[in-house]
Amino acid sequence: MSGNRILSIDNLRVETRTGVLLDDVSIHVDRGEVLGIIGESGAGKSTLALSSIMLFKSGCRPTSGSITLCGQSLMELGTTELETIRRTKASYVAQSAAAAFNPFYRLEDQVTEIPAMAQKLTSAQRRRMAVELFEELQLPDPKNFGRRYPHQVSGGQLQRAMIAMALINQPDLIIFDEPTTALDVTTQIEVLRLIKKVASTHNCGALYISHDLAVVSQMADRIIVMRNGKMVEQGPTRQLVDHPQTEYAKRLVAHQGDGSYASIDGSDATLLDVRNVDVGYGGVAAVKDASIRLGAGSVLALVGESGSGKTTLARSIAGLQPARTGEIRMRESVLAPLVERRSFDQRRLIQYIHQLPDLALNPRQSIRDVVGRPLSYFHGLRGAAAEQRLRELMDAIELPAAYLDRYPASLSGGQKQRVCIARSLAAKPDILICDEITSALDPLVEESIVKLLTRLIKDEGLSILFITHNLGLALRFSHKTAVMQAGRIVEHGDTRAVFEQPQSDYTKSLIRAVPQLREGWLDGFSANAA
Amino acid sequence: MTLFANSPVKSFVVARVASGLVSIFFISFLVFLGTSMLPGDAANALLGQNATPETVLALRTELGLDQPLPVRYFHWLGNALHGDFGTSLSNAQPVINLLVPRLINSLILAFSAAAIVLPLAVGIGLLAAINRGKALDTATGSISAIFLSMPSFLIGYLLVFIFAVKLGLFPPLSMVRSSASLPTWISALTLPVLTLVLVAQAHVMKLTRAAVLGVMSSDYILMAETKGIPRNRIILKHALPNALSPIVSICMITMAYLIVDVVVIEAVFNYPGMGKLMVDAVAYRDIPMVLACGVLFSTIFISLNFTADLLAMLVNPRQRLPRKGN
Repeated sequence: MSGNRILSIDNLRVETRTGVLLDDVSIHVDRGEVLGIIGESGAGKSTLALSSIMLFKSGCRPTSGSITLCGQSLMELGTTELETIRRTKASYVAQSAAAAFNPFYRLEDQVTEIPAMAQKLTSAQRRRMAVELFEELQLPDPKNFGRRYPHQVSGGQLQRAMIAMALINQPDLIIFDEPTTALDVTTQIEVLRLIKKVASTHNCGALYISHDLAVVSQMADRIIVMRNGKMVEQGPTRQLVDHPQTEYAKRLVAHQGDGSYASIDGSDATLLDVRNVDVGYGGVAAVKDASIRLGAGSVLALVGESGSGKTTLARSIAGLQPARTGEIRMRESVLAPLVERRSFDQRRLIQYIHQLPDLALNPRQSIRDVVGRPLSYFHGLRGAAAEQRLRELMDAIELPAAYLDRYPASLSGGQKQRVCIARSLAAKPDILICDEITSALDPLVEESIVKLLTRLIKDEGLSILFITHNLGLALRFSHKTAVMQAGRIVEHGDTRAVFEQPQSDYTKSLIRAVPQLREGWLDGFSANAA
Repeated sequence: MTLFANSPVKSFVVARVASGLVSIFFISFLVFLGTSMLPGDAANALLGQNATPETVLALRTELGLDQPLPVRYFHWLGNALHGDFGTSLSNAQPVINLLVPRLINSLILAFSAAAIVLPLAVGIGLLAAINRGKALDTATGSISAIFLSMPSFLIGYLLVFIFAVKLGLFPPLSMVRSSASLPTWISALTLPVLTLVLVAQAHVMKLTRAAVLGVMSSDYILMAETKGIPRNRIILKHALPNALSPIVSICMITMAYLIVDVVVIEAVFNYPGMGKLMVDAVAYRDIPMVLACGVLFSTIFISLNFTADLLAMLVNPRQRLPRKGN
């Protein structure tokens, strides 16, 4: 047993000056085993993963416990010895390959940097190693792939190149830190299959970190659930997924199930009618001949992969990026392509909520200023009347009125997104355009935001254009669904119909690619795809 | 040059050279306009106290100053395009003959200072970045802040006081003839070069430090750390190349400063450079000389800026190479 033990972390505690990042965490990984680590952001997943190679962000340090990698106790080693360990024993695969590759160097120079430093191999031998790995990871034109710079290849290819880089020193341990989170679902499938194959053929141990339980359940033999720096629960994958013990794990598993939201009854009266719209930037057409319909009091999900034109279409509806041809109607009136040409009321009735509340909120304005601005601008509310309305809005987004005097920095991601929703509600709109508003949030926070929106649809009579790349979310939340691919609407209909009887091949491939908790889903997918 | 084939570099060079030429024309006109708006003219200035209305008028006709402004400008421009920058009004010699030796002097001073200050300041900036928050970082930061906040002439006079007056190591004035021997040149240049080094190092050093530290928080630096790359190699091979753009551009701006913006230092040391030449030319309303200096200064500035942007582009694969293919 001990001969097979690659990593063992015992009772590890990591602290910053102000708090505790990891508290009494113990994990172990054996050869040929994948250990999944799941938890929301801030749970300490990445801190734990990096501590297995004794790397800590500045200001953090381990205060007790032990870390043993390949039989060596890392706590006692000096910088030079640790660097040797990192070069020879372990590799790290980061979340965003686009940011993790140095833009200055060709891919092969980065992939072969460690063998090059060791100076045992000639450059031709090193190149051959890289080409073999590029082949194994099914990269296009493996012989010449490494000659490219990071900005010259796609995100999915970069992620695979990073796996090649991780394999080149034949590590005993590979740390996968959210390796597919930045990828589209169909790309994610390919990378997941490769990782699974690599983990079994290279005979190493692996840590697999993700916030997505379905993904982890497909990849890992055992799973550890983390929250606020502590281990909440651990166990073999099937056992944890089928019989979670703790409340938190139960909620995580339940979140993956379907039909957990109240269904929404949308009317058939058309509120927004977008007909044959073309939108472009310069010479590039980002949206081609797109037509969608949003019914009053309903949710239309606009789904598709990154670059498919979802946001561009939404911006043309909001008048931020003018449509070149086609017509956008709201009730009986035709909206001008540019927001400046629209009437005061037309502008008020369509409100836009962005993906990243951090960028959409001015950090130097209090919540009162943020939400109060549309009250005075659109409704001329001041003084006591404004205060009254502010309190109602805070009530509507389920935040205490005392938060009005806070600044965005002291709010969590979910709370900030609630403030953005309140700001939109302040205008008293008919239509909310929600552009990936939950994709930067953790699953359980996402769930609470969606519940809030569901209630607002009933209470305020809102209609929502809900842009998302998350098909499971579209299925649970929306009344109708439109699928976009390469600027075109390839499918548009009742959500249930779109998901149960998809007409286009693209929709079918998207739906198949959504990770599931079901045992053997990924393996079954491989068979189908082949 | 396969490196530049099918790349944005070529169109960048063409566009920037064209816009640079337009700028130089425009600047020459502005300088021309500016000199014509000065009170008095060369005739007044040359005759000084002895001026009578008749002699001033006669001299003005002789110098062509009675012509309308656009006529004078285009006359000058036509000649300048043929390489003839006219005759100095105060000295009766071709402007070029007076300008070139002064330009060479300025370049000698500037390049000597640059040869020392650029590697030194970039190196100190790097060291400060490597030792962020440690004693070395604080010390270099404070010292450069001191020289940054002192007027350059004060630094010059302090150096003169210490090294020339008290210690007698170097001459207090730097009036050298081009025929002087090398040791004489070195001895004359030491104090002005040292002054310029102290004045110019702060910006270069601080910017280098900031640029490198900015890059150090990138994901690819963390990646390099996980790969077990030693810290010095990370800074030199992974961080520095990505910080080059801002460093190259501050270096070029510093070069421009050292060539054209050192009038005060030249005055302190009585060094026969371009700056002093131009100030004197303005005082004497020597318009051909002012124009030639103005055009030369702006040409130097524009070319250095262009070089900075071109270098920044060449060191950055994302700008040098198209997205697809290689």
